[in-house]
Amino acid sequence: MSAIAGEEPLLTVEALTKWYGRQLGCRDVGFDLYEGEVMAIVGESGSGKSTLLQLLSGQMEPSGGRILYRLRDGNESDIWQMSEPMRRLLFRADWGYVHQDAQLGLRMGISAGGNVGERLMGVGWRNYGAIRASATDWLERVEIDQSRIDDTPRTYSGGMRQRLQIARNLVNAPRLVFMDEPTGGLDVSVQARILDLLRRLVANLNIAAIVVTHDLAVARLLSDRIMVMKAGELIETGLTDQVLDDPREPYTQLLVSSILPA
Amino acid sequence: MRPLELFGVAKTFTMHLQGGVRLSVLRDLGFSVAPGECVALTGPSGAGKSSVLKLIFGNYRCDEGSILISDGANAVDIAQASPRQILSLRRRKLSYVTQFLRAVPRVGALDVVAEALTDVARGAARERAAAMLTRFNVPERLWNLPPATFSGGEQQRINLARGLLSETPVLLLDEPTASLDAANRDAVVDLVRERKRQGVAIVAIVHDDPVREAIADTCVDVTRFAAAA
Repeated sequence: MSAIAGEEPLLTVEALTKWYGRQLGCRDVGFDLYEGEVMAIVGESGSGKSTLLQLLSGQMEPSGGRILYRLRDGNESDIWQMSEPMRRLLFRADWGYVHQDAQLGLRMGISAGGNVGERLMGVGWRNYGAIRASATDWLERVEIDQSRIDDTPRTYSGGMRQRLQIARNLVNAPRLVFMDEPTGGLDVSVQARILDLLRRLVANLNIAAIVVTHDLAVARLLSDRIMVMKAGELIETGLTDQVLDDPREPYTQLLVSSILPA
Repeated sequence: MRPLELFGVAKTFTMHLQGGVRLSVLRDLGFSVAPGECVALTGPSGAGKSSVLKLIFGNYRCDEGSILISDGANAVDIAQASPRQILSLRRRKLSYVTQFLRAVPRVGALDVVAEALTDVARGAARERAAAMLTRFNVPERLWNLPPATFSGGEQQRINLARGLLSETPVLLLDEPTASLDAANRDAVVDLVRERKRQGVAIVAIVHDDPVREAIADTCVDVTRFAAAA
């Protein structure tokens, strides 16, 4: 059997578990994620998918299990064994996080250009002209008119805010981006535009991504692989089209058959 | 080995929402395809012809047996392969023209086609996509429009252009000429013959008898492998 040569996983997750007191968040979740691979986590409210995303993105410490991340130097490192400053640097330089609510991921009081430029300054950029040029380029890539670069996101529509948040998260060329319902709460027409943007940017930049969504159409469009969560456990996983077209578990069959055709 | 070999393939669907009914579709299916050969799957509707293509593409899980795709000096068994291996084979070795186009919102027809060439620079991929659309008589004024609103025949031609663009060694065709007019049917036949001359191994479902006679070398009657009810 030919493995894909010379490549090791970017992220290795082992037996990840989270208890909130006696309440289970998620239990015994394990998987590998490779460079450039997009993984969707699907499941209904309360299935543990948001808990899992918070654990994976290092926002919450797990009750058990490990998250190993391969650094740019090729070494694998347990993110909870790193020093706090090291972990912060990793999050700033290597990772991105796109919130469902753009207000959580943006600084609403500073300009759009500032929102994007701030991320570059966070990883050591100092030349104003270069920062401005890169910010302008990124606003263009997410289809925000250059004339709006000095406006604050307060003056932006919901869809524009989400696109700005995407630019802010991708500008410093992260290797891994987490997304929590990136198109949740937006109009359908706006959703399509954002999905298409995300799909293209992630593919062109070869970014690995973990996307939480309850929308199976979003999972199909964006992801290579899918994990189905139920009651805190990972119940089915595989190639996205395989899981959606030939679901094995009763719960996955229910999810897939519950979609109303448009 | 041959580009594609199937041994002892079985597929059963368990319908948990219908009280766990088990629907056996295929049992002990085996055939192989040589380079440049086109195997037509035959049998009535519901015999499991499309399921065979989906199993080969890794879209359906294979319960038993093996589906070997030749990859350099090795063979990868789709029935056992990891998602990454399957995706890698789909980029390099295996393409599948489905019956219907799954349109992506906002992406124009030319890019829908060009995206089939993941490992080719964008400009070159678009040039090849344009040539393919021309071959299938898709008017240039449609190239930049998303195909969601196109007619059934136009969508099918976009789908064919996309599926036939990448010239992989194994090609799966599900009803490639349904909903096409005579001129476009001929374009499909020409292109399939061209791929055969290039040594591509093809598995096709074709209901149209003249088209099947024009492209198929061998017929495999899927009803022979129907699982006993």
